[in-house]
Amino acid sequence: MSEAGHLSARPAGLRRNAEALAAALPPLLAEARHMAATVQLGDHGRRLSGMGDEFWQYRAAYAGDEARAIDWRRSGRADVQFVREKEWQAAQSVHLWVDDAQSMEYSGDTGRQSKADRARLLALALGVLLIRAGERVGLTSAIAPPRSGEVQLLRLAHALTRAAGSADFGAPDARAILAGSRAVFLSDFMGAPDAVETALGRAADKGVKGVLVQVLDPTEESFPFDGRTIFESIAGTIRHETRKAGDLRARYQARLAERKDRLSSLARQTGWLFVTHHTDDPAQSALLWLYNAMRADR
Amino acid sequence: MLVLGPIGFAAPWLLTGLLALPVLWLLLRAVPPAPIRRRFPGVALLLGLDDENHERDRTPWWLLFLRMLATALLIAGFAGPVLDPRIEQAGSGPLLILTDGSWADARDWAGRGKRIEAALAEATRAGRTAALISLTDIPPGMPTWRGAEDVRSNLPALQPRPWEPEEAGLLRLVTQLPEGRFDTLWLSDGLERAGRAELARALAGHGEVRAVESPRDVLALGEAGYGSGQARIEILRARGAGPHSAEVAVRGLDPSGIERELGRAAVDFADGETRTEAAFDLPAEVRNRITRFEIAGETTAGAVRLTDDALRRRKVALVTAGTGREGLLLLAPDHYLRQALSPTVDLIDGTIADVLVADPDVIVLADLARVAETDALTAWMEKGGLLIRFAGPRLAASDVGRDELDPLLPVRLRSGGRSVGGTMSWGAPKSLAPFPETSPFFGLPIPPDVSVSAQILAQPGPDLAPATIAELADGTPLVTRRAIGDGQVVLFHVSANAEWSSLALSGLFVGMLDRLAVTGGTDRPDAEALAGTTWVAEKVLDGFGALGTAENLAGVAGEDLADPVIGPGIPPGLYASEGRHLAVNVIGAGRDLVAARWQADIAVEGMAAARETLLGGWVLGASLLLYLIDAIAALALGGRLRGRRISAAGTLLLLLVLAPFALAPGVSYAAAEDDALIRAAGNVVLAYVKTGDAEVDRISEAGMWGLSEALFARTSVEPVEPRGIDPETDDLAVYTFLYWPVTVDQPTPSPQAYSRLNRYLRTGGMILFDTRDGDLAGFGAATPEGRRLQALAAPLDIPPLEPVPRDHVLTRSFYLVQDFPGRYSGAPVWVEAAPADAEQAEGMPFRNLNDNVTPVVIGGNDWASAWAVDDAGRYLFPVGRGLGGERQREIAYRFGVNLIMHVLTGNYKSDQVHVPALLERLGQ
Repeated sequence: MSEAGHLSARPAGLRRNAEALAAALPPLLAEARHMAATVQLGDHGRRLSGMGDEFWQYRAAYAGDEARAIDWRRSGRADVQFVREKEWQAAQSVHLWVDDAQSMEYSGDTGRQSKADRARLLALALGVLLIRAGERVGLTSAIAPPRSGEVQLLRLAHALTRAAGSADFGAPDARAILAGSRAVFLSDFMGAPDAVETALGRAADKGVKGVLVQVLDPTEESFPFDGRTIFESIAGTIRHETRKAGDLRARYQARLAERKDRLSSLARQTGWLFVTHHTDDPAQSALLWLYNAMRADR
Repeated sequence: MLVLGPIGFAAPWLLTGLLALPVLWLLLRAVPPAPIRRRFPGVALLLGLDDENHERDRTPWWLLFLRMLATALLIAGFAGPVLDPRIEQAGSGPLLILTDGSWADARDWAGRGKRIEAALAEATRAGRTAALISLTDIPPGMPTWRGAEDVRSNLPALQPRPWEPEEAGLLRLVTQLPEGRFDTLWLSDGLERAGRAELARALAGHGEVRAVESPRDVLALGEAGYGSGQARIEILRARGAGPHSAEVAVRGLDPSGIERELGRAAVDFADGETRTEAAFDLPAEVRNRITRFEIAGETTAGAVRLTDDALRRRKVALVTAGTGREGLLLLAPDHYLRQALSPTVDLIDGTIADVLVADPDVIVLADLARVAETDALTAWMEKGGLLIRFAGPRLAASDVGRDELDPLLPVRLRSGGRSVGGTMSWGAPKSLAPFPETSPFFGLPIPPDVSVSAQILAQPGPDLAPATIAELADGTPLVTRRAIGDGQVVLFHVSANAEWSSLALSGLFVGMLDRLAVTGGTDRPDAEALAGTTWVAEKVLDGFGALGTAENLAGVAGEDLADPVIGPGIPPGLYASEGRHLAVNVIGAGRDLVAARWQADIAVEGMAAARETLLGGWVLGASLLLYLIDAIAALALGGRLRGRRISAAGTLLLLLVLAPFALAPGVSYAAAEDDALIRAAGNVVLAYVKTGDAEVDRISEAGMWGLSEALFARTSVEPVEPRGIDPETDDLAVYTFLYWPVTVDQPTPSPQAYSRLNRYLRTGGMILFDTRDGDLAGFGAATPEGRRLQALAAPLDIPPLEPVPRDHVLTRSFYLVQDFPGRYSGAPVWVEAAPADAEQAEGMPFRNLNDNVTPVVIGGNDWASAWAVDDAGRYLFPVGRGLGGERQREIAYRFGVNLIMHVLTGNYKSDQVHVPALLERLGQ
């Protein structure tokens, strides 16, 4: 990879990064695989005849069919020749976008995963499942375009465990998405909703369908704060001071609900799905829902 | 010092800090609590939300009030609050400080020293001169005024004396008082005495007199003595106000010569009572050892009563007719006398002429009819001697005292004796009549089984009834007595042995002798007896009641000791002369303690320093507590107290409140120990000696478990759980069997432990010594364990040993075994050797052996390892190899069963030798 090649020029940096990578990668990948193993794999045909291994149907041979295409066993039971057609099994391209902004690094409790960790885990586990099903999985950015195969998993894991960006809130990047493919956006969607709208509109233009997953910490739902408080964003660019935080609770929750409504209606308009996932809920159920969603909208 | 009501402040200027409180109030009110910074991604949604109201940003009033209160308390606490402050008003002119310096001061001497020091310190501040006089030690000449600081340097040399100020000294001081005006501080011991009032008047003429008295009453011990079998001692007190309780302890030497407390009695003074008595019911031999009485907690010479010869063992001479029938100990005329007297008195043997030289207190003549030294004995009795005579066959056969009153008999006797209830006489043996009130025996319980079958009868006459102090149920005299000079003669009309009556066998006999011997005790010698003697102090009491050696004290003439005037010339203590001892005590005979009376113009204070209560610590503590509550409240208000922190804070608060009550009572270890002992005494317990090596002890315990289970399963012996014991501390008497594994670094038991072990072995216990080295060497000194065993067992009372003979009862007490393997096999096992004269039993394959259980079994086969099982019953250690090994373990268990059977049943199996003979006898 280009990054590895770049790093090899600085042995010390390579070593340090390799260790950091190795420290994060196997657990994430292993956890993702472990979680993916709990999901029952169904068959994944295209319901069309075409290139593939599975039997689809017999049809009478036309003129022009190659003689070796004729299924002699079936033809022997009748007077006409039959051709055995197989189901078209083409791989789908799936793009994953995991918000790497600072806001995702938040966790309301020291014992709880950060939102970013949960989002990466969900994305990679979905990747494991899809690649095992023969799909091509990649990121929305140009670092890792959709490919199939186990090696792609390593690439994905590597790309997902990069250091977080410096921006406070992230926006999806839909430019590199292939037309007609699928996409999964994982973010807290706390930033300006315009960027999401733009990206979704662009993706819908390309015929891309997908899922919006809003990953939230429980404290972001319940807002359990009181007293005189200065709230700061994780990167520290935004701050808001209140004398009595408890008074803001209801209005904050109203704004959050409004944000969810907006995302939900946006998804409806573009044919996407929208779901909210909390980091204190089990990741398994979210993964199952995601996987079914990816199957259902094909 | 600033005084507000009952509270004073040592540093009142600090209280000006309270003025700053209103400012603080305003400041605290204006400044809202500091905000918390929180990182929160949802802040993007919060932008533009304004607070609904601005009123809650101020600290609530109750929190403010809490803080103000805490701060006020802090300031007050540092200002040094004092409850009931003592205010010294400074006088002027010289200050005379008087202290009685008597024994009654000793109890709170430290407090008096502090009081004097405080007075001197104040005099130093005021620039006054001072003089310090101890009234027990009045210096010759006029007191000189010196600088107070200078006087203070003499203070450490001031000590209480074990006597009291003398009248002469006080009156002399009156004449020597310095001219001019001066104030007086008199630290009184609280006792009234001659000369005191005069001195007080004289002092009041010179200036202000302040008296200091301890609020506690003065207690002292009066005369000690014996009455109705009890040691009695008087307790005196001075003021007699209100009821009061005290404890009097008796101290003396224990049998090993160490002084310890022998008894303790509580006494209660009723209101207004100044004199009461404590009684000690002590056995005679304990009473003989009393060296002093003392009032518990009163460290004064007056609260100590030394005892002297009056409590010494009496010398009793025992004279019999001589040893006629050698060997018949129980029939000897003096056997029971000796048994009854020897624990409590010093016995002297010999002829009358011999014993008179030793000047005994009592002479007992057991069935001695004719006495040659009548004049010498009479003279001795007139000086206070007590002669006790017993009748007997000889006296009955003689004609002593028949025709006229014998000088050495209390009454005239009738010739011949009387025999009742015998084979040749009518009637039943006579029992005793209750003792009359005039009898010295009055109050002694009469056992119903005491009977008299033969006696010597007295000649009836008018003088018989008053002489009789005990009689039989039919009115014939049993004991008579007659006073001769200062002494007396007592006749028991029965013999001193069990031939004529069972009196000598009963406890009544001892009681009667005790009453007689005590009533005949040595009294304090009077002035006449003391005339011409010189006594030297051996030990003297100091003011605190401690006995110290007397050094460089001149001898005291005996006359002065008759009614001693305690003072520098005759300090209280123990005086000795020619082997006799005399105790001189602080409180003389008939002395009453009288509380000091002060004239009306003299102010009497208590020891005031003790009454001041410093409140600083409490106030500061309360302030800290308020701050703590404030901290928690502030956290709660600021939203910093969430979830687990609430419970943590609650726990902290609860702990603070409960901490003083959380002193858990200690678990009663002694009770558990008692339970274990009771359990061991009621059951068979296999015990093992703890070696200090944890692994060896574990194996021992597991081994005893294994053997206990084998016994339970196979025999009717049902042991309870085994116990590890330490011969140093544990009572061995309840165990029958002791397994003692020998380790190289085992500590050697102490001599006390050895004496316990020896007693254990002598009384039927058995120790199985196991050197656990059977694989390395045969038993012997070849291994370190063997050498250690020799060192350990050397002080033990172990008989000669031999390897177990083939016919030893161990080989057949339950199983028939010939080897005694443990984990190892083949090493010899040693037991007590059979006597050399053991013979082959007739018709039996074994010898007639001794009836004893061998006290020790010694070997090195590591039996405990072979027996050891864990909790689940699995063997802990392999034995041998394969089936042969299991067979060896089985034999090891059989040896263990045989061993315990041998311990429990002794030589029962050996006695089977006699079965044929018994069967034969039964058959006839």
